[in-house]
Amino acid sequence: MSSKASEFDLVISGVGGQGTILASDIIGRSAVLEGKGVRAAETHGMAQRGGSVVNHVRIGCELGSMIPLKGADCLLALEPVEALRYIEFLADDGVIIMNTESVYPVTVTTGKAPYPSVDSIVEKLKETHRVIAFNATEMAAKAGSRQAMNVVLVGAVSNFLPVKTETLLERVKEMVPPKTIDTNVKAFETGRSMVE
Amino acid sequence: MSTREYMLGNVAIARGIVEGGGKVISGYPGTPSSEIVDTLSAMKERDFYVEWSVNEKVAMEVAAGAAMTGVRSVVTMKHVGLNVAADPLMTLAYMGVKGGMIIIVADDPACHSSQNEQDTRKYSEFSLMPCLDPSTPQEAKDMIPYAFELSEKFEIPVIFRPTTRISHGKSEIELGAITDHKAEAKFEKDTSRWVMVPANAVIRHPHLLGIQEGIMEELENSPWNELTINENSKIGVIASGLASVYAKEAMENLGLEASFLKIGAYPVPEGLIKKMYEQCDTVLVIEELEPIVEDRCKVIAKDIESPVKILGKTGGYVPRISELNTDKCTKAIGDAFGIEVDVPEIAEPELELPPRPPALCAGCSHRATYHAMLKVFGKRAVFPSDIGCYTLGVQNGTVDTTLCMGGSITVASGIYDAGEKQPICCSIGDSTFFHTGINGLLNAVYNKSNITITILDNRITAMTGHQPNPGMGLTSTGEPTKEIDMELLCRGLGAEFVETVDPYDVKATEEVFKRAKDFEGPAVVITRQACVIHARRAGVRRIPFQVDTEKCIGCRMCVNLGCPAIEFDKETKKAHINAMCTGCGLCSATCKFDAIVEVQK
Ligand code: SF4
Ligand code: SF4
Repeated sequence: MSSKASEFDLVISGVGGQGTILASDIIGRSAVLEGKGVRAAETHGMAQRGGSVVNHVRIGCELGSMIPLKGADCLLALEPVEALRYIEFLADDGVIIMNTESVYPVTVTTGKAPYPSVDSIVEKLKETHRVIAFNATEMAAKAGSRQAMNVVLVGAVSNFLPVKTETLLERVKEMVPPKTIDTNVKAFETGRSMVE
Repeated sequence: MSTREYMLGNVAIARGIVEGGGKVISGYPGTPSSEIVDTLSAMKERDFYVEWSVNEKVAMEVAAGAAMTGVRSVVTMKHVGLNVAADPLMTLAYMGVKGGMIIIVADDPACHSSQNEQDTRKYSEFSLMPCLDPSTPQEAKDMIPYAFELSEKFEIPVIFRPTTRISHGKSEIELGAITDHKAEAKFEKDTSRWVMVPANAVIRHPHLLGIQEGIMEELENSPWNELTINENSKIGVIASGLASVYAKEAMENLGLEASFLKIGAYPVPEGLIKKMYEQCDTVLVIEELEPIVEDRCKVIAKDIESPVKILGKTGGYVPRISELNTDKCTKAIGDAFGIEVDVPEIAEPELELPPRPPALCAGCSHRATYHAMLKVFGKRAVFPSDIGCYTLGVQNGTVDTTLCMGGSITVASGIYDAGEKQPICCSIGDSTFFHTGINGLLNAVYNKSNITITILDNRITAMTGHQPNPGMGLTSTGEPTKEIDMELLCRGLGAEFVETVDPYDVKATEEVFKRAKDFEGPAVVITRQACVIHARRAGVRRIPFQVDTEKCIGCRMCVNLGCPAIEFDKETKKAHINAMCTGCGLCSATCKFDAIVEVQK
């Protein structure tokens, strides 16, 4: 149930420093290279010091960058709690792709707030949506670097995007540090294979 | 040449400055405006001058000086920065410019990273400078060359006001040609113009009022305003800047038949508004923050005795706080015109989500400084602070006030002057001290405030994205320059107690704070340690720490430091240090049981 103003709406959520901006850039640039209009909004500043961050990417859109509530086709969450935090943007028939590796906020490490179990988060999300959940951080580590977790998830979401896989993969090669190209290509492919 | 590139709004604005032939660009960092100067100063080939100035007033005056010589100049800042530069702004409107000058002020509706949500369009009304208000990053780029021309035509600076969603929005941008405009700097003496003594000011004020009509006519016919009349409908929507794309999406989703006026330039296009009134009996005005267009619309209706009904913030259809979005616009349009809107039902999540506020990075030296400060001064002491990463110390209990840039030393003085009996220890960053903290210290010395002033010198302007400042010995383009000696500067301002310490050395830092606390009069403590993010990028690596689980008794002292690298393992009831550790050693110094030790290779 995408909005009329856009072909595909994607919300990317995570924690400052996890690489949400790179993930959204790979997708945004790929779509532009395929001749589509793209509007994206990202979080800078305060929230980056480990705070909660959310990026919007609208493919085939000529208007504003902010996705309406229940407007997104897909929610890509780099952290479990950050999937639940932004669920209101996802359409009822939208799909959630999430990393199951938690990053505890200081409110949790200092004992001021509890962190719900990852299983309970997945269960909760499954009640209403299609959920594809796996530990992308571990998969990235296997591919060569935990840092490549965001690219694993871009690989997974590539199954849904109205953008060619080759275009995305080319952007990955272009946009990651040259020394890490092999790791990132492997990360992308493992992620892609997580969705049947 | 026609190319499309995917870029950040601020990068597109920087491109607009290059396309428009900007020759002198100055600014002070502030989210969401900082990437404009960052982009320009990172360019390898440059035929313009670019600087980070020490504050917005200084930056404004640098750009004004350049424009007096006939070249094109730009100054950038965020909305609250314009308050600092308001003094030159108001008189610069009288004086005007020769070369085109653009004052870029990024607004931040919803306070994504700001202390208030003031609306810069008010300064445009107040100063009588025209203002451009882009609705997309593309428009933002395209408006810049236009703004230079407009500024030159009327010899007045033009305010350009992107908002967070423009500055930090991304889209494909159609690049334009780079102008061959090549004005050479030549200052022409003209005291009646450049010397604002009262006799000249009283002449320039009517001049400023006199050019308003010409500016209005020019803008009315500019491409930034767009009227679409719908003859089948008696209702109309007027939306300005970014709100216009939200309003358009809302109208499309609702399938609404209405006339639509998009406004992208101020003063507002009165002729187009009147045309809309001829077609409509009810008009809804949608704009972010203040009802600027709405109020003008009402005045115009009254002047021409039009029976049209104007809705907007009045009547409560459009909120006056925070940013707008398509949902809010859909609701406003629905309510105003009695259309039924399906509001998506959002179920409250049953699981309790832990808040995830931003925190000082693992190993940030500010945490160490604050830890020592709290230990020496005690919880009941008063801790005025300022604006920067160190404001995040609010979670450590050492940030009691944050008013504005440079407001910590002065607020501390005021609290002391009022007769507060508790010790007072304020904190300010290096960049902020250079910004407007210097005046505060001067005042504290002169007026004998018995306070401790901590300058958290992390050798960079970290919060806004690591811009250089006068303490670093580097200019915006990375050229070596004079490194300002902070200690000497403080002594020059008259401070007699000035000591520098490495905050990673916990014992030494506590000792310095004790001496400062006992000192009669203003005492300055400079805690100097490079920002860890910047240090790591520069290749600094320290040995990380780990918890010796044999020795750890689970007292939580280390966990309470609030470092993202220290977790508490609920099962084993012991502390655990994760991969984020940067090896600052603060936790090790905190643990009374010597349970935190360096990782052995
Ligand atoms: S960016 Fe630097 S100064 Fe800011 S919190 Fe992180 S380490 Fe501290
Ligand atoms: S301070 Fe020492 S003993 Fe206490 S929890 Fe931390 S490591 Fe364990």
